[in-house]
Amino acid sequence: MGASLNLRAAALSVALLLVFLGLWHLAVQGGGTGAAVDPDYARLMGIQVTQGASAMPGPAEVGSRLWQHLSDPFYDNGPNDKGLGIQLAYSIGRVMLGYLLAVAVAIPLGFLIGMSPLVSRAIDPFIQVLKPISPLAWMPLALYTIKDSGISAIFVIFICALWPMLVNTAFGVASVRREWINVARTLEVGVLRRAFTVILPAAAPTILTGMRISIGIAWLVIVAAEMLVGGTGIGYFVWNEWNNLSITNVIIAILVIGLIGMLFDQLLARLTRMVTFPE
Amino acid sequence: MFKNPFDDRTTLQGTGCACGRHASQGEHDRQFRAAQVSAGTETQYETAVAGAVMRAIFPQDATRRAFLRAVGVPAALAAVSQVFPLGLATEVFAEGGAIEKPDLKIGFIPITCATPIIMAAPMGFYARHGLNVEVIKTAGWAVIRDKTLNKEYDAAHMLSPMPLAITMGIGSTPQRYAMPAVENINGQAITLALKHKDRRDPKDWKGFKFAVPFDYSMHNYLLRYYLAEHGLDPDTDVQIRAVPPPEMVANLRAENLDGFLGPDPMNQRAVYDGVGFIHILTKEIWEGHPCCAFAASRDFIETLPNTYAALLKSIIDATAFASKAENRKDIAAAIAPANYLNQPEIVLEQILTGTFADGLGNIVRQPNRVDFDPFPWQSFAVWILTQMKRWGQVKGEIDYNAIAREVFLATDTAKLMAEAGLTPPKEVTKTFVVMGKTFDPAAPEAYLDSFPIKRAN
Repeated sequence: MGASLNLRAAALSVALLLVFLGLWHLAVQGGGTGAAVDPDYARLMGIQVTQGASAMPGPAEVGSRLWQHLSDPFYDNGPNDKGLGIQLAYSIGRVMLGYLLAVAVAIPLGFLIGMSPLVSRAIDPFIQVLKPISPLAWMPLALYTIKDSGISAIFVIFICALWPMLVNTAFGVASVRREWINVARTLEVGVLRRAFTVILPAAAPTILTGMRISIGIAWLVIVAAEMLVGGTGIGYFVWNEWNNLSITNVIIAILVIGLIGMLFDQLLARLTRMVTFPE
Repeated sequence: MFKNPFDDRTTLQGTGCACGRHASQGEHDRQFRAAQVSAGTETQYETAVAGAVMRAIFPQDATRRAFLRAVGVPAALAAVSQVFPLGLATEVFAEGGAIEKPDLKIGFIPITCATPIIMAAPMGFYARHGLNVEVIKTAGWAVIRDKTLNKEYDAAHMLSPMPLAITMGIGSTPQRYAMPAVENINGQAITLALKHKDRRDPKDWKGFKFAVPFDYSMHNYLLRYYLAEHGLDPDTDVQIRAVPPPEMVANLRAENLDGFLGPDPMNQRAVYDGVGFIHILTKEIWEGHPCCAFAASRDFIETLPNTYAALLKSIIDATAFASKAENRKDIAAAIAPANYLNQPEIVLEQILTGTFADGLGNIVRQPNRVDFDPFPWQSFAVWILTQMKRWGQVKGEIDYNAIAREVFLATDTAKLMAEAGLTPPKEVTKTFVVMGKTFDPAAPEAYLDSFPIKRAN
């Protein structure tokens, strides 16, 4: 039954995709040939005018351009023109760096907040204020104070990825069952040992859920940050192609951003399953 | 060698020496030189240049003495040191010293205004002057400003009002900025959505939504000027928004904008994509107006004078090359790839050669649709300042000429233009005509008062 359910779901997915591609193809069909224009004039105009083509590319066009990008992902033509693979590598590198910094800060701090009701109440207002701030709001401030756009982008990822992890870690630590901690206490287990052997395993699923939310946010943030800062990365690629009004390449970038985001999410989901325990 | 121009006791006719402490002028000079050598070559150099500046400011010995007696030498030195680093830079030009920093980063916005800055890379103008320049495409004017202020970029492509705004600290913290070269003159246009092709009279434009690329831009001032001359108040009768150039075309297509005064290639791109038509070129508003600029911080100019000289020479050479009509096709091909403007070559060719489709079915021939002349006329700066004041960006009294002199470095450019085989003008200001009205840089306030539509100040 399970296998056949999977099979049927896959078939339905493919069917939905085909319907979507078909509708897309039909929707962007141009209105035949454009009005008859003087050939000298036509030479100076784009295909939208001369052939009445739609400004929106069809799936075939996107597919063939995607193939071009994928067949040569690592070319490097100087500072402003690099392959999709290189751009993605820059973005992933920035995300990993900012994210790992956030992990290094959020988890110890989350433990502290979760284990001490006093600290928890004291820090809570700050978290509540800082949590909803958009990455783009941090960017000018970061550029102005850090004075380096590369580090600013990483800082923005750090600051945006921090809060969900912090809140989830604190929540996970705070909601470890009292009985387990009391048992540890009766056995005279020290604070550090209690944190690592009792609280950490018990809170691990919640912590990893926080980390999973954060990686999603970090990947959202990098595109916005790179669009603003420019230079390298998939966000810059989108901006650059937008500048060229190349909707085809923008669609390709959106597709790739989605796929990488999904990979990150699946990775963390798998890790979460590894630390989940039945009660 | 030099008479010390800071000495108010210097005698003019030669009995004894200048200071009166030595038997002859020769003896005085020997002592003076010995003192200078012991003080180190650096000081000697500074003395010489400060002297030159002092002489330039007070060519009459009598007035110089009167001034020195009135304010004292330290105050005079302090006053001169305001302009002194420029003097140092100028002196070093003549000597052509070693380049301190050959690897440079220059930011640009991908529009045709940046042509000399960009083409100098693929066409080898930077390399010819011993520089290894990376030109980096940047996402917006504010980012260009911030990245130059924090020294990620050594110099940058800017809108010509920006160095003025930055120096005065409007829209950012004040930083001393300089604009040694104008990148392009003319080269903008008013583009309207195709649906307005029968509404060519600006008097019918009430309620229109327009876009310009940045508040401190020639685009903004020219559009406001054009509308006001046709009796429309740009703040109340229409809406003017700051929109990044690529979004101008997309918004025009989405009918979210009625038109824009934007940089090319966006005007021609709107035509090419069939969403708009070119209403007028900005050269019809002001023939020969400046637009974008090559800008650098005073800090860069002062700490790396030889590098700055080499860089400016490359830019001026490239500008001279771009100003020749026969080179324009090659330039279009050089700057079209993804690395630079990332546009169809035919679009750039139409802009640079001036033979273009206007979007209404006509082929127009305007060979100087965009032109290149690096000379930073200080009266351009004064005009920009009058418009900043006119529209309330600057309030209160401003010293037009002092700011213009501080930012638009006409003297350096004139010298390098002559070396590049161009003929720089002898003056640094000139009068010009904007929409039939003559602008006299000597009377900016009177010009400002002559406009019926302006913000109270």
